[in-house]
Amino acid sequence: MTVAVASGKGGTGKTTVAVNLALSLEGPVELLDCDVEEPNAHLFLQPGWTSARTVSIPVPQVDERLCTACGACGEVCRFHAIVSLRTQPLVFPELCHGCGACLLACPVGAIREVPQEVGVVECGLRGEIRFVHGRLKVGTAMSGPLIRAVRREAGQGQITLIDAPPGTSCPVVAAVRGSDFVILVTEPTPFGLNDLKLAVEMCRILSLPCGVVINRSDIGDDAVRRYCASEAVPLLAEIPEDRRVAEAYSRGQAAVTVLPEFRALFRELYDRLHAAAAQRPVPAGRS
Amino acid sequence: MRELVVISGKGGTGKTSILASFAVLSGRTVLADCDVDAADLHLVLAPEVRRREVFRSGNEAVIRPELCDGCGKCAELCRFAAVSRTGDGGGRYRIDPTACEGCGVCVRHCPRGAIEFPERVCGEWFVSDTRCGPMVHARLHPAAENSGKLVATVRQEARRLAESEGFDQVLVDGPPGIGCPVISSVTGAAAVLAVSEPTVSGGHDLLRVLELCRHFGIPAAVCMNKWDLNPQMTERIEGQAASGGARVLGRIPYDRAVTAAQLEARTVVELGGPAAGAIRRIWKRFNHNEE
Amino acid sequence: MKIIVSADGQGLEAQVDPRFGRAAGFVLFDTQTREARNIDNRQSLNAAQGAGIQAAEAVSRLGAECLITGHCGPKAYRTLRAAGIKVYTGAAGTVGEAIAALEQGRLALAEAADVEGHW
Repeated sequence: MTVAVASGKGGTGKTTVAVNLALSLEGPVELLDCDVEEPNAHLFLQPGWTSARTVSIPVPQVDERLCTACGACGEVCRFHAIVSLRTQPLVFPELCHGCGACLLACPVGAIREVPQEVGVVECGLRGEIRFVHGRLKVGTAMSGPLIRAVRREAGQGQITLIDAPPGTSCPVVAAVRGSDFVILVTEPTPFGLNDLKLAVEMCRILSLPCGVVINRSDIGDDAVRRYCASEAVPLLAEIPEDRRVAEAYSRGQAAVTVLPEFRALFRELYDRLHAAAAQRPVPAGRS
Repeated sequence: MRELVVISGKGGTGKTSILASFAVLSGRTVLADCDVDAADLHLVLAPEVRRREVFRSGNEAVIRPELCDGCGKCAELCRFAAVSRTGDGGGRYRIDPTACEGCGVCVRHCPRGAIEFPERVCGEWFVSDTRCGPMVHARLHPAAENSGKLVATVRQEARRLAESEGFDQVLVDGPPGIGCPVISSVTGAAAVLAVSEPTVSGGHDLLRVLELCRHFGIPAAVCMNKWDLNPQMTERIEGQAASGGARVLGRIPYDRAVTAAQLEARTVVELGGPAAGAIRRIWKRFNHNEE
Repeated sequence: MKIIVSADGQGLEAQVDPRFGRAAGFVLFDTQTREARNIDNRQSLNAAQGAGIQAAEAVSRLGAECLITGHCGPKAYRTLRAAGIKVYTGAAGTVGEAIAALEQGRLALAEAADVEGHW
């Protein structure tokens, strides 16, 4: 089963939930940290690293001896990554999406593709837990290709947990698409509710079943609970604010390692998730 | 006219709450909420929308089923796994709009010309009035692409407003992370304030976002929110930030008034308390250094 | 020769638009015929990324030899130079004043982009 942990709003506790779930569940588990811009899960899980590789996207390189300056490449590029004026084409690799349009358009086969680094994928092990994350090269515009590279590392036959980036836009979609269930972590405040609604909408657009975890559940008001009830979104867990948990987090320690009684909470969360996922038939048109 | 941007690297450190207080302390200013993926500033500034614009960006490929003959060329060429069979037994293909990158390759190479390529509506943006001054903000549709163009649009409109209505400052609420949208919100800014928290993740993410600022040559400052959660960590992160060339402007204590203000749809400085006092001091230093 | 100036309005009386890539429009001026033509830049304004590149392409197709503007970002600059266009940044005032300044040798050639890009 693949479970993604996401959140409209940043800082609500996605990584906390993902890491503590990984540490609390029985059986083979893997955790994929897809927040490639700001990966944090490794700080808490502290895996022993086993491998690393760079990830690249293919960007065009023009053979100036073959180029006739016809301009076809520049005409088809939707992203202004390759520009052909009266001269030989200019390539702006940072704008390239790796779609191959220019390659296909070149009538003389003057374009080949060369790798442009976007970041690294690193794999590791913490006890029985397999860990993978991506780190985006600073200054790189797009996270999608690196997130997809992390997702491709997923194994078979275990629980795959995905720690998604915050928000609801395309990097989050790349992180959560195709999963079996999405946990949305929020806090009981106006900002939390506002962003939760966007996240639920995203799950509906992607036809992914979702459930809510309210973190720091006693700091705000009731509005999130009422929203979940009225929208029939299952409430999977409420985690009260706990200074000990916050301090452990600040030190880079997972709650369940410092306070083992929290394991039960996360196991219950997963049981409720499982029940909710089992009840919902898989909607048609799932991507 | 200068733009001051508040970002965080890691989400949830309190940048929107702090920026909202800066807005009140400024007297009157133009505001730009560039956290378009999860915009929250409007929840405490009660904007009255005076103008709404549709935001279009890029295109999406759409297969006309009546023209599709199921040859599969689109699926063969698509590098983003956006094309699949409709699965209704008709042998035709469909494109998943949430996976479509808008590159146009399938559109160009469909032997039947069966694929349309309309412009994509990704969201909307607004120009509103608030008690602190005009605000430009946006709502990106969930699952939409966030290239930074909407952020650039919001900033451009905010700058235009500042120029035409005689403001000398634009305060920008930036997004989390280090990608396109953040780059779009900080380039050309007079200064950036990164709000961090004394946690391992907060410190880690702060360093990445400060690296981004150095990469683009933008002067950066840092403040530590909820500093008393871990005073040792606070000192450590401040030290790292300073070594990275950032000015360290101050510390804000953990204060329930921050959430209380949000629940009342007000800003922290309008409520008062220890955090409010700290925010005032930090604003003075952030503002002052630019004069 | 043809000079192009980024403009915030129409004609020689318009203000120089300090931006290039996302300028409202351009004024194309022919130094021989002394005629000015207004060019709209809406297409570039709508570009998700690479607005400067798109504007540079447009300017190149118009056969301009020189560009006068306020600021020019790195991608636009690279594209303009590849097209053989001379770039003059730091201009202000009206389009007419900027052209006069260029013709009188009072504008400095830009050796590089003078601002960061905006995506």
